[in-house]
Amino acid sequence: MTALDPVTLAVLKGRLEQIADEMDATLYRSAFNPIIAEARDACHGLYHAETGATLVQGTKGLPIFVGAMSFAVQAVIRRVQNGTPLEPGDTFIFNDPYEGGTHLNDFRLVRPLFRQGRLFCWLASVGHWLDIGGNVPGGYNPRATESFQEGMRIPPVKLIRAGAMQQDVLDILAANTRVPNSNWGDLNGQLNALDLGERRLSELLDEHGEPRLDAAFAALADRAAALMEAEIRALPDGTYAFEDYLDNDGVTDERLTIALEMTVRGGQMVLDFSRSSPACLGPINISRATSVAACYVALKHAFPDVPANAGVLRPIEFVIPDGTLLGAGAPRPMAGYTETILRLIGVIFGALGKAVPERAMAAPFGTINALSLSGQRNDGTRWVMFSFFGGGFGGSPETDGLHHANNPISTATIPPAEILEAAYPVMFTQWALRPDSGGPGLHRGGVGAVYEIEAMSPGVTEVALLGERGRYAPFGVGGGADGALNRFAWQTATGWEAPPMASKVVGVKIQAGQRVRLESPGGGGWGDPRQRLREAVARDIRLGFVSAESAARDYGYRA
Amino acid sequence: MTSNPIVGVDVGGTFTDLFLFDPGANAFRTAKVPSNRGDEAVGFMNGLRALGGPAGFDAIVHGTTVGTNALLERKGAKLGVITTQGFRDVLEMRRRDRRNTWGLSGEFLPIAERDMRLEVPERTLADGTIHTPVDVAAVQAAARALLAQGAEACAIVFINAYANPANEQAAAAAVRAAWPNPHVSVSSEILPEIREFERASTAALNAYLQPVVASYLGKLEGALGEAGFGGRFHIVQSNGGIMSTATARAVPARTALSGPAAGVIAAAAIARAAGFENAITCDLGGTSFDVSLVTGGRMELAAQATVDFGLVIRSPMIEITTIGAGGGSIAHVDRGGLLQVGPESAGSRPGPVCYGQGNTRPTLTDANVVLGRINAERPIGGALSRLDVEGAKAAIAEHVGRPLGLDAMAAAEAIVRVANAKMAGAIRLVSIERGHDPQKFVALPFGGGGALHVGALIKEVGLRAALVPRFPGVTSAIGCVIADVRHDQVRTLNLSLEGVDAAALDRRMVEEASAARAVVEAAGLPVDRIEVRFELDMHYAGQTHTVGVPLPLRVIQGSTGVSEAIIRNAFETAYRHAFSRLLPGLPIRIVTLRTAAIGVRPDFDLAALAPPADATLDGAARGARQVWFDGGWHAATVWSRLDLPVGALVHGPAILEQPDATVVVDPDLTARVDRFGNLIIERE
Repeated sequence: MTALDPVTLAVLKGRLEQIADEMDATLYRSAFNPIIAEARDACHGLYHAETGATLVQGTKGLPIFVGAMSFAVQAVIRRVQNGTPLEPGDTFIFNDPYEGGTHLNDFRLVRPLFRQGRLFCWLASVGHWLDIGGNVPGGYNPRATESFQEGMRIPPVKLIRAGAMQQDVLDILAANTRVPNSNWGDLNGQLNALDLGERRLSELLDEHGEPRLDAAFAALADRAAALMEAEIRALPDGTYAFEDYLDNDGVTDERLTIALEMTVRGGQMVLDFSRSSPACLGPINISRATSVAACYVALKHAFPDVPANAGVLRPIEFVIPDGTLLGAGAPRPMAGYTETILRLIGVIFGALGKAVPERAMAAPFGTINALSLSGQRNDGTRWVMFSFFGGGFGGSPETDGLHHANNPISTATIPPAEILEAAYPVMFTQWALRPDSGGPGLHRGGVGAVYEIEAMSPGVTEVALLGERGRYAPFGVGGGADGALNRFAWQTATGWEAPPMASKVVGVKIQAGQRVRLESPGGGGWGDPRQRLREAVARDIRLGFVSAESAARDYGYRA
Repeated sequence: MTSNPIVGVDVGGTFTDLFLFDPGANAFRTAKVPSNRGDEAVGFMNGLRALGGPAGFDAIVHGTTVGTNALLERKGAKLGVITTQGFRDVLEMRRRDRRNTWGLSGEFLPIAERDMRLEVPERTLADGTIHTPVDVAAVQAAARALLAQGAEACAIVFINAYANPANEQAAAAAVRAAWPNPHVSVSSEILPEIREFERASTAALNAYLQPVVASYLGKLEGALGEAGFGGRFHIVQSNGGIMSTATARAVPARTALSGPAAGVIAAAAIARAAGFENAITCDLGGTSFDVSLVTGGRMELAAQATVDFGLVIRSPMIEITTIGAGGGSIAHVDRGGLLQVGPESAGSRPGPVCYGQGNTRPTLTDANVVLGRINAERPIGGALSRLDVEGAKAAIAEHVGRPLGLDAMAAAEAIVRVANAKMAGAIRLVSIERGHDPQKFVALPFGGGGALHVGALIKEVGLRAALVPRFPGVTSAIGCVIADVRHDQVRTLNLSLEGVDAAALDRRMVEEASAARAVVEAAGLPVDRIEVRFELDMHYAGQTHTVGVPLPLRVIQGSTGVSEAIIRNAFETAYRHAFSRLLPGLPIRIVTLRTAAIGVRPDFDLAALAPPADATLDGAARGARQVWFDGGWHAATVWSRLDLPVGALVHGPAILEQPDATVVVDPDLTARVDRFGNLIIERE
C-alpha cells in the first residue's frame, strides 16, 4: 500500500468531506418534502468496496444515519455475493428495515463506483420520504403490529440498470404512496446527489490515483480508531450499568426496558444490552444495525472530536441478542424507531455519567412527538400536517440545558407556525416555552415547549401522535432532578381528554374550534439544585421558567 | 456631477482606512490612522483631518462595523417586544436548533429577556383575515410596562403580519405615540415575509441596534458639522449598496456586513476594470478567511445571515463564506496524529509566537515568518519593531515537528500547506460546488494577509490567476467611494403560477418599484440612472426551498409587461441552472417578490491608482533573500511593490513588499503589473 505523508492525508480528508457535504447540500436544496428539505432527514457518504464500512460521511446529514448507512451498503454487497450481477451504471433502491434500513420511510440509493473495471467504492444516499402507504398517512402508525401495516417494503432492487432507469420499479413506487409527486421529487434530489458525488470523486481520483485514495481511507480509519481508543482509555476501567424505560409500545400498555452494562477495559469498550426487553408487538422495535448506529450517535455527542468513519467502532464490542427490542427481525413493526434510539442514547449518557460523574450529561427530552393532523378540504382533496416537536436538553457540567432544542439524532429546524398555517387549516393558539419543565439542578435542564393548535377545517380533523416520556421522565444526574413528563390532550364537547397510552394515540377526531395541546418534556437537571446560585433561581422565577412553588420545593429558595 | 472630493472611510478593529478621490483632478489620496475601539468617531475624524478635511468634501461614505460589534458583543439597547398572545417565546425558541451538530451542552441568551416580551390580544390568519382585532389599550399598557422596565427600544411582531399588516400598524401607531424615542421596529415594515422567527429576529435585532447606530451616527454628524462639513454623509449596507443616514437609523440591521460588503464592491470593480468578470475575493484576517464570489461583474447576495447562534438577520446581504483559518490560527497535531490549523486562534493579542506577547503555540503567521515569506525585520502595522523568528521556529518544532517526525522547516511548510488546503476548500465551496468553472475566476485578496497565499491557491484550485490590487489595505474604503445607491424590498405573495392574475401582479410590481426608487432618490447622491430589478422566489408546489428567479422586466410607461409565460420561462431557466433537471407537469408557485432599486453611480476611473509614469524596475529592486519553497531554500528576489512600473514582469520565487501587505510569488509563477497598478500572478 502506498505510504501517505500526513500533510497529503489532511488535504485529502478535507476534499473527501467536502464531497459528502456537497451531496447533502444538493439534496436539501432540491428535495420536495420538508422532512428532508428543512429537517435534513437524509445523509450521504462513501463506503468501502468489500466491507461497506463508512469511509467518509457528510457532516450536515442526520446524525443517526452516520452510523446506519454502512449496514445499507452491506445489504447490497450481500445481494451481489448471492448472485445479483453488478455493472457500472447500476443504482440500487430499497427501504427494507431488516436489510440495512431504519424504518420504511427511509429510502436508500446505493451506487457502485467503478475505476478501470474494478469496483472502487460505493456511494449512497438516504432520505425520509413523506408517505410510503400503510394505515396512517406519513407512516407513523402507533398501533401497527406488523411491518405490513406500516407501508410498502422494498428489498434492494436495481432502480437503474447499467445506466437505464427501470420504469417498472418507478411505477411500483408511485402506486404505493399517497403523495407520488413528493416522492418523485425527493428521488430526483437523491439521484442529483449521487451524480454529483460520482463526478467529484472521479475528479479527485483522476488527480491523485486510486492507490493514494485507498491509502488515505485506511489511514483515516486507523486514526479514528486511535482517537476513539484514546477517549475510552481516559475512562476508568470498570462496568457501569444504567437502564431507562419506554412508556409502552402503543399496543400493549407495558413498560419496556433498555438496560446497558458498559464495560471499559483499557482502550476497549463492551456495550452489552442483553438485559433489555424482548421485541414488542408495537412499532418501536429496532434492528441491530439501528442500535449500533444509535450507540455511535451517543458516543459522538460525548466525544465530538472523533471523526465520522467506521474506524470509530473498532474498539467497541456490541452485545445485542437477536429477538430483543434492540435486535428485532421481520416482520416486527419499526415506524417509531426514533423513540427507542433516543432512549438508548440517553442510557449511554447515563452509563458514561456513572463512569465519570464530573462529565455526566443529564437526559435530553427524548421523544420526537410525531404529530399528524389531517382531513379533507372543501374540494375533496386530502391534507396531512405532519411535524416533529422540540423539548429541553439536560443540564451539563458547563451550563444549564438548552431550551426548545432538537433531539440528538437530528439537526432539523422546526417548520414555522406561519408556514404550517399557510398550508393547512389550523391555527396555533400557543407556541411557547413550558414553565417548570426543566429538571431542577445546579445546572437546570432546558425547558420544553407548549404547542396548542385549533382546528379550522369545517369538517372533522383527525389526530394521531407517536410520542414518549409520558410515564418515565428525562433523568437528572449527580443529584439533579428529572424533567417534566410529556403531556398530550385534545378538546371534546365536554372537556379535555388524554390518550390511555400516555403519548401514543391514533384516530382521534376533533371539530372546528377544538384544540389539541402538546407539552413536551424539559431536560434533566445536573447537580444538586440546592447548590444553585440564589441569583440564578431568582432570575428563573422572574423569567417564568421556574414557579415560586417549585423554587421553594426543589431549590429551597425563599425570597 | 461632483467636482469636490468624495471620501470613503472604513473603520476596522485596528486601523481606520480612508480613500479620497478628487474627481476634478482625477487624483486620489489614502490615509491610515489607528481606530479607537469604543469611540470610533475619534479615528474617523482624525482620518478625515489627515486628508485635509472634512470641510470642502462633497460626500463621505462610511463602511461601519459598529452594528456588527454591538451584535457580537451583545451591547445593543435594552429591548422590549410586543407580540401576539401565545407567541412571546418565538425569539427564544428559535427554529429549535443547537449551536453544534455534535455535543449538547451550551445555552442561548436572547437579546430580549422573557419578561421584556409582552403579549397582547390580536390575531391575523394566514390568508390575511383579521381573526381578532388588536386591543390597542393592551398595546398601550404593554408599551408603558416596557418603558417602566427600562426599555430603550421596542420591536412589534405579530403573527401573519406579512399577510396583512393592519393589526401591527395599529399597534405601531399606539406605541410610537407613547414611545419617547424613534427606536420602534415593526416587523411588517422591516420584512413583510412569511416565517415568524426570521421576521421576529430581524425586527428585534434591528430595534436592538437602533439606539447604538443612531447615537454613533449622531456623534459623527455632530463632529462633521462642527468641522464645517456641508456635504452628504452615507452608509454602506450589507448588500453592497449605500444608503442615507436616515435609512441607516431606521434599518440599522442592514449595516451588519457594511465593512466587508464595501470591500467586495471594490474588488468587483477592480477585477472588472482589469478585464476579469469573475473573481473570488479572499480576506485573510487574524482568525478567519472570508471568501465571496463575484460573477459577471456582480457580487452574490444571500437572503439572510446568522450573526451568531440564534441571531438571524434576514435581508439581502453579500454572501460571505468564512472558515476558521487566519494568520493567528493555531497549528497542532490532534490525538489521531493529524495536523490541524485552527479554528482555535491566538488572535491579535497575544497573537502569534513571533509577536513575543506570551503565546507559545505556533500559528500560521509563525510558519510564514520561519519560511522567510514574511520579513521579520519589517512587521506590517508598525506596532512591533521586529518578529521573533527563533521563538516561532522552536514552537513549530515542538508542537508540530516532533509529533509528526519532521524538522522545523518541514513542519512550517506543512502548516502552510494544510492552511492552503483549508482556504482552497473555502474557494471550492463557493465556486466549483456551485457549478462554476474555476478556470474562469481570479482570486482577489484584500486586507493584509491574503496575498501571502494566493499563489498557492490558484495552483491548488486551478484558478486562472490571482489579482492583487495596488492597495489591498484600503480596498474597503475604495468600495465606499464607488458603491451604487441601493434599496431592497421584499413581499410574500404565495401565488400559483398557473392562471396567475398578471394585471394584479403587474400593479404590485409597479408599486414596489416606485417605493424602492423613491428611497434611492431621497439619498441625494449623484447617480447616472436608477435601475429597478425584480426577482421572484419560486418552487414546485410542495418544495420548501425556493430558487431565485430574476425577471427580465423593467417598468416602462407604468407597466412591467409581466405574464405567466415570461415567469415560467424564467423559472425553468433558473431551476435547470440550479439542479440540471426540471419536473414537468408539477404545479409551480410564486412565493416572494424581491425588488431592488439601484442608483448607478458615475464610473470611477481606476487608472487614477496606477503607478507614476517615471517608476522603473531598478528603482523597485530591493535585492534578494532566502525563502523556503517545496522542501528547500531558494534565493527569492525582493521588490518594493509600489515602486514597480506598469508592465513590470517579476518571475518567482519573489517577494513583493508594501506597507500593508506582502505578496509571495511562488517559484513556478510570474507576476506582472497591469495598467492600474494591480499585480496579476499567473502560472509560468
